[in-house]
Amino acid sequence: MSKSQAIVMKASDNVATAAQELLPATDIEVQVNGVAVAVHVTEKIPFGHKVAIRKIAAGDKIIKYGEVIGEATTDIQPGQHTHVHNLGGCRGRGDWEV
Amino acid sequence: MEFMGYRRPDGAAGIRNHVLVIPTVVCANQVARGISQAVKGSVWVEHQHGCSQLAPDAAQTARVFVGHGTNSNVYGVVVVGLGCEVVRAQEVAAEITRQCPYKPVHCVIIQDAGGSYKAIAAGSIAAHRMVEQASSLAREPIAVSELILGTECGGSDACSGLAANPALGAASDLLVDAGGTSIISETPELIGAEHILAGRAVSQEVSDRCIATIKAFEDNANAMGVDMRGGNPTPGNIAGGLSSIEEKSLGCVYKGGTRPLVDVIGYARKITKKGLIYMDTPGNDIEQLTGMAAGGCHICIFTTGRGTPTGSAIVPTIKVASNTAMYTKLTDNMDINAGTIVDGEETIQQVGQRILAEMIRVASGKLTKAEILGHNDFGIQRIGPTL
Repeated sequence: MSKSQAIVMKASDNVATAAQELLPATDIEVQVNGVAVAVHVTEKIPFGHKVAIRKIAAGDKIIKYGEVIGEATTDIQPGQHTHVHNLGGCRGRGDWEV
Repeated sequence: MEFMGYRRPDGAAGIRNHVLVIPTVVCANQVARGISQAVKGSVWVEHQHGCSQLAPDAAQTARVFVGHGTNSNVYGVVVVGLGCEVVRAQEVAAEITRQCPYKPVHCVIIQDAGGSYKAIAAGSIAAHRMVEQASSLAREPIAVSELILGTECGGSDACSGLAANPALGAASDLLVDAGGTSIISETPELIGAEHILAGRAVSQEVSDRCIATIKAFEDNANAMGVDMRGGNPTPGNIAGGLSSIEEKSLGCVYKGGTRPLVDVIGYARKITKKGLIYMDTPGNDIEQLTGMAAGGCHICIFTTGRGTPTGSAIVPTIKVASNTAMYTKLTDNMDINAGTIVDGEETIQQVGQRILAEMIRVASGKLTKAEILGHNDFGIQRIGPTL
């Protein structure tokens, strides 16, 4: 095993988790089900944060662990930081009920 | 597989021999602390409850005290009451004795004793005698199938779900396969992952209870008319990379491993079945740990990404770091590093084996860092308003 720059949990995921800080304008490779996928990182991704590995349109589901972790609140390009500024959770949302 | 533990007269197995001082009401906290400080080898807890509580809260508070007193890691108990509170110290002491007739239990009421110093003196004499007796007991080999493990995660980061929680899940599976018991809890941190847990239930009835318990919690949160975010995931979780409650939950649920879900039980309810059990607790670390201890768990394994010092007074709490940077920084508090998974040095299974080995060492007497620090964290989940 070698140290990954970012970890993808399931093949259906559209985000990867940074295993180290990733800097803007760097090219990384992530393993998706044993296949290396190239991602051009466009923003600083802090350790533990998510980077989009595919284009995600506003309103699309964001998938990690092969499960829905929220919706994109804006269009997200591959290589972009995916966090609370462009990802909204779908659950525990009392603010949607009132 | 065996550990070296204490065999109680009713056949229960314990991994510690604590003499526990419990105040049944907030007003008795100082006396309980005074007793414990006077008697080396005793431990105490303190809290804000025991009076001015509606019946469901009072009953839950009493159940937590009784559960701590009857926990098989506890050799004997000194119960301290004030004398005019809702949760009666005499009744708590009597219930511990009813459930564990062999256990030394001493009850001190401050108003009857004639004040704080006299109550501390009476409680100290009783605790002193218990510590003397407890320290003469010898450990003996006991099968790991008798161990009840509480799993917990707190101060999570994005690596918790990648490393520490799946590794704890692997350890939990190993324990369950050996015939032991593992508790998963933290209901708000199962929101969004309930289908994974319920899908493993041994029956439709257990599956339905799992889903209903989690839905009830989410409905309660939604009734407040706010986004859970900020409360959970916490600001620290968000700084660590977690973006939503679903993401946190999907990482959390891994710590329960992959074995069938055999039962769903309420907060601080007694663990009576073997295998994987889901206890309905809040996500708050201390309230969760307290509920699992009251349910009878022997040992807790607590995964953390941000770094959390928590430890129960009576349940040894092993801290597993999800990332190497935090493990290296928080050496005072971390027992095990699972960050080796993210570093590419070990597999989830290898770390799971390492966690199981440490669990057996701690069950046999090795102190956790939280124990060495003297942690006695204790918090009771509240249901309704204080009167």
